[in-house]
Amino acid sequence: MSDKMISFVRTEMLPEQTPPSSQVGAMRWVRENLFSGPVNTLLTLLGIAVLYFLAVHLGPWFKNSIWNADSLAECREILAGQSGACWGVIKDRWHQLIFGFYPAEEYWRPTITFFLMLVAIAPVLFGGLPRKMMWFSAIFPALAFWLLWGGSIWYSVFAMLGFVVAYVAFRALQQVSGVVAVVGAVVAAVIWWLLLAGPLGDLVASVVPVALPYIRSDDFGGFMISIIIGVTGIALSLPIGILLALGRQSDMPLVRWICVGFIEFIRGVPLITLLFTASLLLNYFLPPGTNFDIILRVIIMVTLFAAAYMAEVVRGGFAALPRGQYEAADALGLDYWKAQRLILLPQALKISIPGIVNTFIGLFKDTTLVVFIGILDPIGLSNAIRADSNWNGIIWELYAFIALCFFLFCFGMSRYSQYLEGKLKTDHR
Amino acid sequence: MQETMAERTVDRSHMQVSDEVAIQISKMNKWYGTFHVLRDIDLTVNQGERIVIAGPSGSGKSTLIRCINRLEEHQTGQIIVDGTELTSDLKNIDKVRSEVGMVFQHFNLFPHLTILENLTLAPIWVRKTPRKEAEEVAMHYLEKVKIPEQAHKFPGMLSGGQQQRVAIARSLCMKPRIMLFDEPTSALDPEMIKEVLDTMIELAEEGMTMICVTHEMGFAQAVANRVIFMDQGQIVEQNNPHDFFNNPQSDRTKLFLSQILGH
Ligand SMILES: Nc1ncnc2c1ncn2[C@@H]1O[C@H](COP(=O)(O)OP(=O)(O)OP(=O)(O)O)[C@@H](O)[C@H]1O
Ligand SMILES: [Mg+2]
Repeated sequence: MSDKMISFVRTEMLPEQTPPSSQVGAMRWVRENLFSGPVNTLLTLLGIAVLYFLAVHLGPWFKNSIWNADSLAECREILAGQSGACWGVIKDRWHQLIFGFYPAEEYWRPTITFFLMLVAIAPVLFGGLPRKMMWFSAIFPALAFWLLWGGSIWYSVFAMLGFVVAYVAFRALQQVSGVVAVVGAVVAAVIWWLLLAGPLGDLVASVVPVALPYIRSDDFGGFMISIIIGVTGIALSLPIGILLALGRQSDMPLVRWICVGFIEFIRGVPLITLLFTASLLLNYFLPPGTNFDIILRVIIMVTLFAAAYMAEVVRGGFAALPRGQYEAADALGLDYWKAQRLILLPQALKISIPGIVNTFIGLFKDTTLVVFIGILDPIGLSNAIRADSNWNGIIWELYAFIALCFFLFCFGMSRYSQYLEGKLKTDHR
Repeated sequence: MQETMAERTVDRSHMQVSDEVAIQISKMNKWYGTFHVLRDIDLTVNQGERIVIAGPSGSGKSTLIRCINRLEEHQTGQIIVDGTELTSDLKNIDKVRSEVGMVFQHFNLFPHLTILENLTLAPIWVRKTPRKEAEEVAMHYLEKVKIPEQAHKFPGMLSGGQQQRVAIARSLCMKPRIMLFDEPTSALDPEMIKEVLDTMIELAEEGMTMICVTHEMGFAQAVANRVIFMDQGQIVEQNNPHDFFNNPQSDRTKLFLSQILGH
């Protein structure tokens, strides 16, 4: 405590030392993350016990997997009483699980369509690709329709031309007023599709026949049908959902009531009832003899169902925007549609990405419900496969495979949404 | 605040009030539901005027200037901006809005767009200016508000004062004939207020017609040619700044000034 030790000069520098072993590397990580306290330790031990239990019971099942077998009986023979997975069923029925009862010699058509689909959605999902690719994305639906169902190409071409007709009508009437132009465009397109596209298609087809063999919708099945319904539903439900969300906030009472009524009705009804309506009831309402494709009907129902949820998700995004954004857009003289498109919608959608992707994933998984109206999606096919005496009694392998495929799709969407959120992050909070 | 202003000599050579009427408001009334916010407002603003509106909170200052570009709708009376009467006709509203710039208390920049995109959006989409030209104009105004180096950042990365200057530049890019300011400095930290006020003073020096709702009385004394005092939805007093501050007539004005100037 005296004053003699106040001044101090270090004469010798200390060498660098390695930290104690409990503070580095794996040991430290394990200590801090798995055994940092009594509760944590207990949970870790429980977790290890569960993993051990799973390994003991599922390990042999996977280890003894059998890929080359033509029937469950053959699998059992090879296994001779041991537990083991019989993946032979996947190999044996691979094509059926993917394509359903689509004719084997036409498998190239859905395959090509699938890869073209990847090309078509790439420019939508990722910026940085040439803008011109969007043109392919725009014509892809008609192309896919023709490739999948076949028939004359001219119906697809003339159906697409309906959009051109609408555009021309819109430009011609734009001088008059915006509303007239929109109405005129819709009317022109509908007239074109209902009255002109068909006969013109027939006419050109009789002169220049370009056709693929026609495939009936009943032959569609497997993951192909899940993807057709899922992707179409996803692509359509977002724009419809956005329009419904805008309509719900509209100043025009009639528009608002229609949108609210639609959203509340659809959300209040289980999807399965809508699907039954699509498959059974619509036949009563439609004139006898009309052939309204069942897949189309299902797509419409699934889309409307997802769109109602989408509308509420997007509305949440709009509600989160500060009033000032609307006012700034107005003050700059942007009209309603420009303000929506350039200012409000981009921000609202960005906020709602998690909810939107949630709805997409829900929609994709809900496509399995079509099994109840007799469409042979993968679940429906798993029943059909079991009905075959060769594979009677096989359960886990089929469901595990189907679950894995759905998981990959949904996980992909979820990862993409995280990528997108990161990319669009411009606030640096 | 008066000290801040005193540092700067304001160049009045271009501040000329012309005879041309920019805004004509007559017998204008507005209600929010049954609440009578604006009562019998009569106000004529000539081209080149710099008007400061002051008044206690809730007196209807914001509502008044928001009626001028139809962010709020008035119920009776007449508002004519640059020869265009504000009615429910959307064409007129769009025309007025593209000629009247507005700067808000909370900046209201578009957070998903870069600074440059914020500035070029309206010229490109409303005025149909080619992108390249719009960008040149935008850079010109960014230089004017002294932040050209921030052009490619997002609003969230800028300080409040910088954001408000961007907001002013954004309005200017539309080449407005009239600028409205609704408490442009009251959301800012004191050290940033000066940079925004300097920008506004420069604008006044160039002869811009301005209506500012503000509590910066130093600014009013330095650049305004008229100060309007509002209370309970009415214009209670208006005068040139010198007489307004040194010789207020109404008791309400005296009370307000004693509160705001702190003596
Ligand atoms: N949308 C609205 N609906 C109903 N009342 C409103 C609305 N906006 C403002 N008011 C009321 O109108 C009155 C005037 O509001 P205004 O915002 O114009 O006041 P102000 O003078 O700008 O006040 P401040 O200095 O606080 O900004 C206030 O009493 C306010 O409560
Ligand atoms: Mg206000």
